[in-house]
Amino acid sequence: LFPLQFSSAMSASFYTKPANNGNAGVAMETSWDSNPGRQRTLQPITTGASVLAIKYNAGVIMVADTLGSYGSLAKFRSIPRVLRVNDATVAAASGDLADMQFLNTVVENHAIDEEIHEHGIAYSPASLHSWLTRVMYNRRSRINPLWNTYIVAGTEAGQPFLGYVNMLGVAFKEDCLATGFGSHLCLGLLREALDAAGGYAGLTEETATSALEACLRVLYYRDCRAYNQYQLANVPVAKPAQVSGPHFLQSDWSVAKLVKHYTE
Amino acid sequence: MLADWTQQEVLTGTTIMAVEYNGGVVIGADSRTSSGTYVTNRTQDKLTPLTEYIYCCRSGSAADTQAIADHVRYYLDFSRISQGREPTVRYAAHVMQSILYNNRDNLSAAVIVAGWDEVNGGQVYCIPLGGLLVRQPMAAGGSGSTYIWGHLDAQFKPGMTDTECQEFVAKSVSLAIKRDGSSGGVCRLAVINRSGVQRRIIMHEDLPKSYDG
Repeated sequence: LFPLQFSSAMSASFYTKPANNGNAGVAMETSWDSNPGRQRTLQPITTGASVLAIKYNAGVIMVADTLGSYGSLAKFRSIPRVLRVNDATVAAASGDLADMQFLNTVVENHAIDEEIHEHGIAYSPASLHSWLTRVMYNRRSRINPLWNTYIVAGTEAGQPFLGYVNMLGVAFKEDCLATGFGSHLCLGLLREALDAAGGYAGLTEETATSALEACLRVLYYRDCRAYNQYQLANVPVAKPAQVSGPHFLQSDWSVAKLVKHYTE
Repeated sequence: MLADWTQQEVLTGTTIMAVEYNGGVVIGADSRTSSGTYVTNRTQDKLTPLTEYIYCCRSGSAADTQAIADHVRYYLDFSRISQGREPTVRYAAHVMQSILYNNRDNLSAAVIVAGWDEVNGGQVYCIPLGGLLVRQPMAAGGSGSTYIWGHLDAQFKPGMTDTECQEFVAKSVSLAIKRDGSSGGVCRLAVINRSGVQRRIIMHEDLPKSYDG
């Protein structure tokens, strides 16, 4: 029987152990590798749906609904998926929510460490994005992924920052991002909003917010795992990050009155 | 490489219900059709007429249930002429059952046949996946029904009026919609009695409220 691991975040230093064993140069991590019989995350259990984000002229806005689905069951209807890391950085995850909570705890602990050290250095969105990429890729390379797609948003060197990392360690930065179903149904809408404004420098906060809301509405109509209650994170370049919610999504079902049976 | 949802059968994820009262039946359903996790139709009508006084609530494969309902409707149309009277609900249910039972290996269809006739008044017949036929004073089906059995068992009482039945069905379907990812949209209701069918729709924002946490 393997020893019970209560908190791998607090045990042994994370990702700094030298690779002095047969693991092909990959750093050892706690008990998973020394216990080959241990279960690996093969499928997500409690999941979060899409995360959407877009830059605007004075910052970046990110939204995520507050639903944790257990298969098709809408089991947890008030789960916060948006993490405020510090004044300049927010992150949100879709995918397995247990893995999300694990990572969020690690990030929060790092942020506390930084405060304790009083060296004035804090996570920036770019450094969080970079760290997250390495962690996700590392876990993927050991066939024990953290089953999440993260979006990191904030202010980097006075400019809006928006980055994506998924469970394979694929990472990139863009002016608008979406995960899950959102990447199929909503990215086009967000890109259109950016095009209409001639780039994010021409997009106002109101237009960006209403574009995201319209996207959430499309998701609520067309994604079986979406929900009509959401959190919104706004990180203006010149002001601290703010996470607000829960907001409620209005939806229009008037077309249902026009539908009767399935044939004439 | 086709996307996931194009390879999956279109299913009426669904919550369907029917309740007998003295003088008729009340039937209800949600309006979501899904293909995997994509909502292919958010305003689907799952309450399908078999005759003027008999409806069926459809769950399972949308294609299977539509094709079968068309068949049954045609057959009952014909029987009206050959028997010289409106088909009974029991007869309609048996016609439906014979198709579902004899083709059970190739079908994914579960229906509730409900309606009114001169002989026995309001009746509800449940036909789940294998093709069993059973008359019940109250029946529920579809993936959403699993989330409300406790509520149904606790709240149903025989001898309700048609208004009480409508509230009961609306409340139950609403609760299922809120928990089942495969159910959603609006609640369609129909009351079937001696005077025929009156249809109602409860819009998404008007669904009975309940604890949301």
